[in-house]
Amino acid sequence: MNYKVDERGYYGQFGGAFIPEMLYPNVEELRSRYLDIISADDFKNEFHHLLKTYVGRPTPLYFASRLSEKYNAKIYLKREDLCHTGAHKVNNTVGQIILAKHLGKQKIIAETGAGQHGVATATVCALMGLECVVYMGKLDMERQRPNVERMRILGATVIPAESGNMTLKDATNEAMRHWINHPQDTHYIIGSVVGPHPYPDMVARFQSVISEEIKKQLSSEIGNPYPDYVVACVGGGSNAAGAFYHYVEDEHVSLIGVEAAGKGVDTGESAATTALGKPGVLHGSKTLLMQTDDGQVIEPYSISAGLDYPGIGPWHAHLFETGRCTFLNATDDEAMEAGVLLSRLEGIIPAIESAHAIAALGKMDLDDEDVVVVNLSGRGDKDLETYIRWGKY
Amino acid sequence: MVATENRLTKALAGKRDLLAVYYTAGFPALNDTVAIGESLAENGVDIIEIGIPFSDPVADGPVIQASNKVALDNGMNLRTLLEQVKALRSKIETPIVLMGYFNPVLQFGVGRFCIAAADAGVDGLIIPDLPLTEYVELYKEKFEQHGLINISLISPTTSEERIRNIDDNSSGFIYAVSASSTTGAKKEFGDEQIEYFKRLQSMKLKNPFLIGFGISNASTFKTASQHGAGAIIGSAFIAMLQSSTDLKNDIRDFIKSIKTS
Ligand SMILES: Cc1ncc(COP(=O)(O)O)c(C=O)c1O
Repeated sequence: MNYKVDERGYYGQFGGAFIPEMLYPNVEELRSRYLDIISADDFKNEFHHLLKTYVGRPTPLYFASRLSEKYNAKIYLKREDLCHTGAHKVNNTVGQIILAKHLGKQKIIAETGAGQHGVATATVCALMGLECVVYMGKLDMERQRPNVERMRILGATVIPAESGNMTLKDATNEAMRHWINHPQDTHYIIGSVVGPHPYPDMVARFQSVISEEIKKQLSSEIGNPYPDYVVACVGGGSNAAGAFYHYVEDEHVSLIGVEAAGKGVDTGESAATTALGKPGVLHGSKTLLMQTDDGQVIEPYSISAGLDYPGIGPWHAHLFETGRCTFLNATDDEAMEAGVLLSRLEGIIPAIESAHAIAALGKMDLDDEDVVVVNLSGRGDKDLETYIRWGKY
Repeated sequence: MVATENRLTKALAGKRDLLAVYYTAGFPALNDTVAIGESLAENGVDIIEIGIPFSDPVADGPVIQASNKVALDNGMNLRTLLEQVKALRSKIETPIVLMGYFNPVLQFGVGRFCIAAADAGVDGLIIPDLPLTEYVELYKEKFEQHGLINISLISPTTSEERIRNIDDNSSGFIYAVSASSTTGAKKEFGDEQIEYFKRLQSMKLKNPFLIGFGISNASTFKTASQHGAGAIIGSAFIAMLQSSTDLKNDIRDFIKSIKTS
């Protein structure tokens, strides 16, 4: 089975570059140059140097003994929550900011849901001295307030997106409109494995450092690089893409994506795209999309701003369709309970996004010989208000 | 083959100062679509462009975004839209072009959509997020089989090579977006835009080009018509509809105000 992107930018039936002509020169420049740029030695050296000295990589692979006991399996946590800025998102923004310099762009735009990608983008813009504008849904600005202020401290301009449900989808619409209006001097740092080709492939490559490290670390822990399961939450899919990347061809390793069920898959307030979606086109790619029979995008819902998106990346849609990845989902309550559980058992307060991955452990049929790696994509500092409002701890 | 009687081809042949007007189907009220189209035809508009509303119109500015939302809230969908267009077609001969994002068309089924659009009397399609290669490889034959003309966009950043490629794959007109921007009315064109229009003129394309995005008044219409075959008005017209209390009269006055010179 081939899981790689093809020359036309497709993964099976998913992918492509469905963009208005105004963006064609930008996306085409990126498409024709990204592989050359990111595979050159000077790029690789700068990227890996920053990941090591600035981001703090490699992040630990931590054996969670009390969590393992609880679920009767050998559970390891890949500690992306320990990255500088608090989530895996920075792996991608470090890569894209170096790329933007190679493309000669002076201005950076980004969309953000939970604010982690926005913070990671504002951070690298400060690092490189580039101007930064971040679009964020108005609702998300309220529920992830600390991240809004972090971006501002870092010197970024945060612009509220006030259309739709005022969440991640709407922020992405606004970022795309901004790019249409400023194509020449601006690079758009997309925060997940979504968007027109080559973004899904490019972002996945930058995040692939996660599974590259897991393989090495697991080898020294258990004598071989292969867990039985790799588990990751899926909003757009970038932390999952990073965790799955170097395992996708190892078919004996089960890949588990965990989506946000919101108030329940069948309640009409959910973001579980593989359960509810059909193939469609949004934000530049053909992928699985929550939509009406008329092809209007359905507003998603999740307590977690980072998972509150009506689609998933085209690679994930392909992994779902081919059966290579199994998708589970967790409700708001299940995720919040899992967040508190991890805090109590391991002393780690996870981001609510990542708590969805923890919640999936209880839905898997595990036995005590199973080795499970959960990608702990981010830390819970940004979510304190949501934890407090939920209150059951 | 494109049917020779295509109304759009006929309307374009050797003509200048063409006025195309865009409006969103189902806006301001669900059943205004036919009446607005009729008024446009009566007042001598050359091409009628009807927008298929979409939940996430990324190439559009605030005015058209809002009209899309109102239309969807009014209950507009592609099936209703095609019925309305059919009713409009029974009353007017003006060419009708549908403009909309790809996803609703994809869900309807591209083949089924082509049949229904042709049956409703549609002459052309503008799908801004359908890429040229995708169109040529997968859909061109279907469009042409049903006599539907595909209209592609170009912008000031489109390379000459790509403009030539688009010209080769076009058979109606080329939609020249006046600036690197989303839709929205502007008062005047800048020097850069005029340079770009001149560059297009000097390319001697086989298809005529109409200038759109940012045309709002007699002056911008006139300038656009001096360089291209005509111009397309969208946001300014929608903004007028939004505040109108008497559609028939207001549409007449609006068109008059554009075509004064
Ligand atoms: C900590 C964390 N995990 C996961 C996500 C979801 O994104 P993705 O699916 O691209 O990893 C986010 C997004 O904001 C996040 O902040």
